[in-house]
Amino acid sequence: MFDLRDLYLQVIVDHNKAPRNFGVLKDYNHDADGYNPLCGDKLHVYVHVNSEEIIEDISFEGEGCAISVASASLMTETLKGKPISDFPDSFESFQHMVTSDINEEPDEEKLGKLAVLAGVREFPSRIKCAVLCWHTLKSAVEDSHEVAKTE
Amino acid sequence: MMDITKIRADFPILNQQLYGKPLVYLDNAATTQKPQSVIDAITHYYECDNANVHRGVHALSERATADYEGARKIIAGFFNARSEREVIFTRGTTEAINLIASSWGGANIRAGDEVVITHMEHHSNIVPWQMLCKHVGATLKVAPINDAGELIIEDFDALLSERTKLVAVVHMSNALGTINPIEHIIEKAHAVGAKVLIDGAQAAAHLAVDVQALDCDFYVTSAHKMYGPTGIGVLIGKEAILDAMPPYQGGGDMIRMVTFEKTEYNDLPYKFEAGTPHISGAIGFGKAIEYIQGIGFEAIAKREQELLAYATARANGFDGLRQIGTAREKACVLSFVLDSVHPHDLGTIVDREGVAIRAGHHCAMPVMQFFKVPATARASFSIYNTEAEVDVLFNALKKAQDIFA
Ligand SMILES: Cc1ncc(COP(=O)(O)O)c(C=O)c1O
Repeated sequence: MFDLRDLYLQVIVDHNKAPRNFGVLKDYNHDADGYNPLCGDKLHVYVHVNSEEIIEDISFEGEGCAISVASASLMTETLKGKPISDFPDSFESFQHMVTSDINEEPDEEKLGKLAVLAGVREFPSRIKCAVLCWHTLKSAVEDSHEVAKTE
Repeated sequence: MMDITKIRADFPILNQQLYGKPLVYLDNAATTQKPQSVIDAITHYYECDNANVHRGVHALSERATADYEGARKIIAGFFNARSEREVIFTRGTTEAINLIASSWGGANIRAGDEVVITHMEHHSNIVPWQMLCKHVGATLKVAPINDAGELIIEDFDALLSERTKLVAVVHMSNALGTINPIEHIIEKAHAVGAKVLIDGAQAAAHLAVDVQALDCDFYVTSAHKMYGPTGIGVLIGKEAILDAMPPYQGGGDMIRMVTFEKTEYNDLPYKFEAGTPHISGAIGFGKAIEYIQGIGFEAIAKREQELLAYATARANGFDGLRQIGTAREKACVLSFVLDSVHPHDLGTIVDREGVAIRAGHHCAMPVMQFFKVPATARASFSIYNTEAEVDVLFNALKKAQDIFA
């Protein structure tokens, strides 16, 4: 049976305790709010995309459960330094991983560290926590000026 | 002495395992489980008596009508309503409050008037009043609470004036467990000429309510929080007030005579029950009340206080736990946050130990804002819970702390 330790892997606990890229960026050209009304998770994501269309810097702040904080931390770590044109693909891969069948192995080559979040599939009420930051970043890069939700 | 083993045996759902562990159901403030007698009554209705009510001359319709109206009579007796005309079936507390806001509020609240609520209301006793006040240009006043989660009575008293047309207050808070001094509230509100609505969604399963002794104008509750089915609840109002109110919804059953020129409305309570009602729900509601009556509030209160005292003592001795809601007068609710674990993670972790609690804002976001927490974890108790189950909860909390240590 799927164990709690498969959800709360040490990596996730660590990223929750000491989130990477936490805080406001000095210079940013995209940002957005995300909100998960079910559990009150609130995020704000800041991105600086430079003239070469590279995510030069990215950060988040807010409060939320371990899954949402760790997910945001891992997301920022993964995307920092990557071309912004990679984002839609990363978004899709992540979305696919957390909603796919539990027997499907996550594509570690594509997902890298993000694969540690594959465990949320076993916890349907928690999937939203994991994807909130991704939806928030999507709002930010699209400059939609709408609070991102996961519905 | 209450025989807990016997009571537990009345609730078939309790006898199951989750993830290989016995179910520990501590989410009773969200909805209680249903005893076999309620389940049987609903099944019996569909197996033997199903028909529409108030409109057939055939045997089934007469039986269905008799049982539906029988439930109304049980409910009237339970709340000591003056007559069954004062007992209006609704979908639940939320619909009952919306009915009052729309019908009574629409007819009686004007620009410049004030509606007084408290800081600990459920969203269902906030939003309908916000909507009404916005619509008519009235003002919503909120009576503050203290750090224990108790209404600050002097401040409540000071909010009342001749502008106050309605006071709408929760009897027992779902987020905090606080029991409000509604006798005092009703007396003070009446002294300035205001009407009073009591939200009894939580209270009705735990406290005896006598609407005549209280002299409240409206008392509302939901069956599903008192061992009955979902989708049914009740509004109990003073007949004279209900009589003067315009209908809420139009349709079948609420009319006496319809022509295209004009409609004559039906008498109470049918004037407010448009359309085919939740017949099996009402019948189940009646059975649920008989179940409560069979145990009696004296025994219920004694037992539930015992259990809350046990849980509170365990909470007080638990490192890193902060209780949210420590009113002197409270019942059945232990709302809390842990230093190191977010309530939502707690909910998931204790679930894997078979323990059902609620994590979130409990439809009372202003309460969360007051206590400066995004959410709380809430264990809420009922007559069938045991000290051993409270221990399982606290062991699960310890496990959560260990994961995040
Ligand atoms: C205090 C209080 N009021 C109102 C409600 C709304 O009840 P319902 O959802 O049954 O209409 C609830 C239910 O959570 C409650 O606890």
